[in-house]
Amino acid sequence: MGDYTYSELGSIFAMQGFAGISLFSVLLLMALGLAIIFGQMGVINMAHGEFMAVGAYTTYFVSVITEKYLPGFMPYYFVFAIFLAFIVAGTLGYLAEFALIRHLYKRPLDTLLATWGLSLIMQQSFRSLFGAREVSPTLPEWLLGSYQPIESIHIPINGMFVLGLTGFVTLGVFYLLHKSKWGLCVRATTQNRIMSSAVGINTKKIDRYTFALGCGIAGIAGGAFTTIASTGPTTGTLYIVDTFMVVVFGGAASLFGTIISAFSIAQAQSLLEFFISGSMAKVYTLFALVLILMFRPEGLFASKVRR
Amino acid sequence: MTFVYQKLMGGKSGLSGFIILAVLILVIFPLFLDSFRLNLVGKYLTYAFAAVSLVLIWGYGGVLSLGQGIFFGLGGYGMAMFLKLEASSIANTAIQSTPGIPDFMDWNQITSLPWFWEPFNSFTFTILAILIIPTIFAYIIGAAMFKRRVGGVYFAIITQVIAVILTILIVGQQGFTGGINGITDLRTLNGWDITSDSAKNLFYFINCGLLLTVIIISRFILTSKFGSLLLAIRDKEDRVRFSGYDVSNFKIFVFCFAALISAIGGAMFTLQVGFMSPSFVGIVPSIEMVIFAAVGGRMSLIGAVYGTLLINFGKTGFSESFPELWLFLMGGLFISVVMFFPNGLAGLWQDYGHHVTNKFDFIINLFKRKFLTKSDAPSIEKS
Repeated sequence: MGDYTYSELGSIFAMQGFAGISLFSVLLLMALGLAIIFGQMGVINMAHGEFMAVGAYTTYFVSVITEKYLPGFMPYYFVFAIFLAFIVAGTLGYLAEFALIRHLYKRPLDTLLATWGLSLIMQQSFRSLFGAREVSPTLPEWLLGSYQPIESIHIPINGMFVLGLTGFVTLGVFYLLHKSKWGLCVRATTQNRIMSSAVGINTKKIDRYTFALGCGIAGIAGGAFTTIASTGPTTGTLYIVDTFMVVVFGGAASLFGTIISAFSIAQAQSLLEFFISGSMAKVYTLFALVLILMFRPEGLFASKVRR
Repeated sequence: MTFVYQKLMGGKSGLSGFIILAVLILVIFPLFLDSFRLNLVGKYLTYAFAAVSLVLIWGYGGVLSLGQGIFFGLGGYGMAMFLKLEASSIANTAIQSTPGIPDFMDWNQITSLPWFWEPFNSFTFTILAILIIPTIFAYIIGAAMFKRRVGGVYFAIITQVIAVILTILIVGQQGFTGGINGITDLRTLNGWDITSDSAKNLFYFINCGLLLTVIIISRFILTSKFGSLLLAIRDKEDRVRFSGYDVSNFKIFVFCFAALISAIGGAMFTLQVGFMSPSFVGIVPSIEMVIFAAVGGRMSLIGAVYGTLLINFGKTGFSESFPELWLFLMGGLFISVVMFFPNGLAGLWQDYGHHVTNKFDFIINLFKRKFLTKSDAPSIEKS
């Protein structure tokens, strides 16, 4: 780190830290969906990245349509697009659960293979529908540019927007899972499926909506993702491993753990990225995670779940 | 004799299945395929090592490893490093700024051979390294996981992450590993040209021999008491533990053995194909190997070989003519195998095979009746 002055180092840390926060937001949004699906239901959804891509492509599609037919609506379309991304990804998730996942609850390792198959089909569909090239939506004016608290620090506005969105979604999920009646049913089903159905909870319906919710949140993640990078057919696969690491490292079924672990993974990666090459930063981060998981297999914040 | 028959071959059906496979790959393929296609089949059969290893660890051990690509890659890279060093002798690389080191190192401004490449000058060391390094690596992973009773989904994810780490490392450290292109331009093995047709044919037969040996050894392991315990662990791990067995050691052993097999496959891959690249290490190849085993039948060593051949033939054939359809087909195959035929081809054969064999018997009897017994039935010429 030799040649930087202290004030420069401070700015670097602030800016890299904020770059990390953009990554953190996307990872957390992805991981929230996965934590619900994997943590609550025990299903490994390898197609989760593709549900994110569904959200991203939905946002892109809405932006193209708006630009063409409703140019006046451009400043506001983004919020609508993210909402639509949630609906589209959630509906697809609902269908996937209905057609595929519900038959495999007793064989968790097989869901991994089946959802991998699903992800291949989805990837090829993206390629057929939107082409192999990476696309990105035209962002509304107010998302561009950056905020400069002092001269050497630039903080991009889209990053702050994504952070705000993530906070909003996280609070929403927390409220839904821990304060609503529906969340109570979900948690009851997680803890003891047989007893839950004995007391009159429709566990099949709960499963279906839980899965749909998880996929829908992945869709929101996709919408947020479009502000940071462009979307291609294989974008989902790039993030799926990281997302799984976030969930496993945080401790499945622990919302708080997921937040902490998404934060630490994203920050470690983006701070390291400035000083060593991006690929090595990722290697060190993942390697550290594997080492920690070897000593603490249940993750940072394991919640006691009876299976 | 009964030992050989029962333990190594698995009785009558096992023996006939083994012989059919051996005839197919040792006689029929070499007779009917040209040199290029035979080499292609040889490449597929190297994946079959990994598929067989997955039958052991996943089908019988109940532990899904999404990291067989790691070991396949380690074996392949070990062999590739030796061949590369031989290919980059001082005479061959005289035009480089530093002669005597592999070309990709020269392109990346590395001026001397890194220390971990040095020992790969020796063929003996290379062979030992191919066999031992993946096994030790598997032992470290396995011991760390299984001793702490990490299993199932977590194990799958962590092995997958290790595969990702290894891929990024290989791609990122271009100067030491050849980067995304891998280690290419491998020509000779101890002075013997491995790109010639005769060498490729020989490697094909060595590969088949090794594969059949691996199947026999694996079957011996599975039919022994160890195999029964492995199945017991898969089905009721706690009960086996309470009976006083150290469950983790069984799993570690089978994981190490699976790694060893995959590494042999990787080394044979390098020899037959002539290069090694990170695209055979990461998530996608590792999951594809699982699919080979799943399609063939996760409980059948021989089925895994057929599964590998079938999917790879399909992949080559389809992706040449309809590249778009292939991914849909592959995805559909994953889903349908998991949902409708969890025991794969071997399971289908077990459930419906007797119809086919009955038909065969029926036809054979018909022939016998027609030609071997004196009857008044009109002969073929007249009708």
